[in-house]
Amino acid sequence: MKISEILTGKEGDKLFLLGNEAAVRGALEGGIGIASTYPGTPASEIGNVFSRIAKEAGIYFEFSSNEKVALEVAAAAAISGVRSFVGMKCQGLNVASDSFMSTIYEGVRGGMVIFVADDPSMYSSQNEQDDRLYARISGSPLLEPSNPQEVKDSVKFALDLSEKFNIPILVRTTTRVSHMRGIVALGKIKRGKTKSTFEKNPRQFVVMPATSPKLRQELILKLRDIEEFANTSELNRIIDKGGDSGIITSGGSFNYVIDILDEYNIPAKVLKLTLSYPFPEKLVKDFLDSVKQVAIVEEVDPVMEKEVFAVLGKYRMQKKVYGKLDGTFPRVYEYTPDIVRESLCKSFDLQLPQKESYKTDIPLPSRPPLLCPGCPHRATYYALKKAVKKLGIKNPIYAADIGCYTLAIAPPFEMADCNLSMGSSLGTGCGFARTTDQKVIGFIGDSTFFHAGFPGLTNAVHNKDKFTLVILDNRITAMTGGQPNPGVSFDGMGGTAPEISIEEIVKAAGVGFVKAVDPFNLKRAEEAFTEALQYDGVAVVIAKHPCAAMITDRERRRKGIHITFDVNQNKCTRCMVCVRDFACPAICVAQDGLVNIDAILCNGCGVCTQICLEKAIEVRK
Amino acid sequence: MNSTYKIYFTGVGGQGIVRVSTIIGEAAMRKGLNVVMSELHGMAERGGMVTTEVKIGDSSSAIIQDGNADLLFAMEPVEALRSLKKVGPNTSAVVNSAPIIPFTVSLGIDTYPAIPEIIAELQSKLRNLFVIDALGLARKAGDTITANIVMLGAAAAIPGFPVERELLLASIKGTFPASTIGINFAAFESGYETVFHKISR
Repeated sequence: MKISEILTGKEGDKLFLLGNEAAVRGALEGGIGIASTYPGTPASEIGNVFSRIAKEAGIYFEFSSNEKVALEVAAAAAISGVRSFVGMKCQGLNVASDSFMSTIYEGVRGGMVIFVADDPSMYSSQNEQDDRLYARISGSPLLEPSNPQEVKDSVKFALDLSEKFNIPILVRTTTRVSHMRGIVALGKIKRGKTKSTFEKNPRQFVVMPATSPKLRQELILKLRDIEEFANTSELNRIIDKGGDSGIITSGGSFNYVIDILDEYNIPAKVLKLTLSYPFPEKLVKDFLDSVKQVAIVEEVDPVMEKEVFAVLGKYRMQKKVYGKLDGTFPRVYEYTPDIVRESLCKSFDLQLPQKESYKTDIPLPSRPPLLCPGCPHRATYYALKKAVKKLGIKNPIYAADIGCYTLAIAPPFEMADCNLSMGSSLGTGCGFARTTDQKVIGFIGDSTFFHAGFPGLTNAVHNKDKFTLVILDNRITAMTGGQPNPGVSFDGMGGTAPEISIEEIVKAAGVGFVKAVDPFNLKRAEEAFTEALQYDGVAVVIAKHPCAAMITDRERRRKGIHITFDVNQNKCTRCMVCVRDFACPAICVAQDGLVNIDAILCNGCGVCTQICLEKAIEVRK
Repeated sequence: MNSTYKIYFTGVGGQGIVRVSTIIGEAAMRKGLNVVMSELHGMAERGGMVTTEVKIGDSSSAIIQDGNADLLFAMEPVEALRSLKKVGPNTSAVVNSAPIIPFTVSLGIDTYPAIPEIIAELQSKLRNLFVIDALGLARKAGDTITANIVMLGAAAAIPGFPVERELLLASIKGTFPASTIGINFAAFESGYETVFHKISR
């Protein structure tokens, strides 16, 4: 399949789509005029697809500077009557939450979908937060699709629902739904309007003490109406496989439940909630009336389980409830079919045979993710580490941030001591500098700097903090797959864009020491770091070199350049400096003890030639 | 449910696991079968483990229960061993013999087991094991990047594989740029022939 088919596919066609790709199709079928996102896994593909097809689809799409901006762009569009879609990962909603809360109060005139992808088991996230709770804090209705077909249909449905009740709708997936592929039957793409006229109504669209109390009342009324709708909506359905045991489930968990029931022929009644907030109390009460006992199968937090207990308490009903609160289902990490099978066995006292499976007693080498061969961050960390050592700085604090460069936590660099969130290197840098006598060195990427770095930087300058900040500018948003950010010369629709200079921003903020270097020149980079580390105040070094995986490798492939390096075994003394201190995955030690460079992995950056004391690393002939 | 064919794919970032799983999924869809797939890739673009799971047939979830895979598709020997949890008495396997040495081994933190030891271990667990020199065959086909397609060809020749080679070739054609179709077809055939000959012998 080619990505363009997500747009060109006709009504009735079937495509093998990723959940995130299906979300884009759903937005197009729902007639959006505008879409925005900040990339974050497991939601990253949403922006990648929009950026490929938006122009041809006749809609506007942008990679916004951060999730809050993305949500505000989409909210303003929907307030003006243009249908909008904003996508982000679970933690993105933390960033966007301030405006998110208000937009639910204000409501919309055109449909608006806020798509969030949670990450149970934290495959690519810093915590396991359950964004279904955001629906409860804000009062946003919530949809939880289970597979790509449902993702597409839910997004489209949510746009209509949003417009019907004048309220933005949250659509929540998890990694296993966003990164699930399945057959999706396409519907018709609806050409929505991309322009409208904003009709003023400050009593609705300005939140302040004079207006908000009334909006709050209106929100409660809307939620009451939507709950009525949810009680009878076909989005919430019962699959009756007999018996007197009930299961209430939603999202990705539903898939495991239904497969296990089918495979082992277990009689049970399943209530699948897709429109799961406002919680459909009447539907759930009637369901509970029809069963003797109930298991709640949901990932991350016991959100629905507590709602069920509230229903039972309110109506003074006695039912045995199996879930996370009684320990039947695990409280941490994502579910699997095996976990659901075992937990259902415990719940309903079943004996389901476990398949024989194998394991090996051979100790296996671990394979942690690493900075890529040719990654400019490796050169930056190497040069900085040398400067720190040369200056004899003892026990420095490395204030890390969120990006590929967080991988410096691993040996041999071990240069990530604390991070909290996007942009936190600056705020924690200020705090560490203020409360310790240790040297503080912060790291932040280009995209992360534009996302949330600036407030911390002005804070540091204004409050006269003293630390060194390294801005790792690899000219792309790399970790999520290579999206543009405000520092590059193209935008989300592939057009040219003004390239905003990080150096000028840092200077304008009043930073006393600013130096930009290419880290591939290790000597120059080390000199710049040495100077910065001795500066009395906020010192910024911008280490600027394009990302290997997203930029250099692709360019070389396109141009047919195949330069790689090799070790001249006549010169190599096996001192292991390149292996031990530089840690490039392409440089490996063979079983005979010889140092080799893997021709497939080598990206041809040649930085290792500057490290080798014997000049034994040469261009491969 | 028993008619569901379950494939567990494993390898290292950059080996084209997601691509090859998608090709199989699309081919199954063209055959009119239901298919679901799950993909999971680590934090780094390259160097980390990558696994995907494909279920062809009547299944809602794409995740395979332990011991339940019909086919293990391993692009790397150690990763094949790491995936034994999904392997049971009825699992067949295609395993690429070319190791990718993790950096933890070069640093001296971990050891990489000898290839014959890995193969012997796999042989002791797997009823139907095919070890393929995918890298060598891909090189012969014209580009080492097609090692995943060599392995796809190998998998397709295993009895019971639910999608015919013609459908897989059509799916390959719909995936890659026209200029590389020849190399990819050659890679597929070399893998297919390897397993086909081993079976008919």
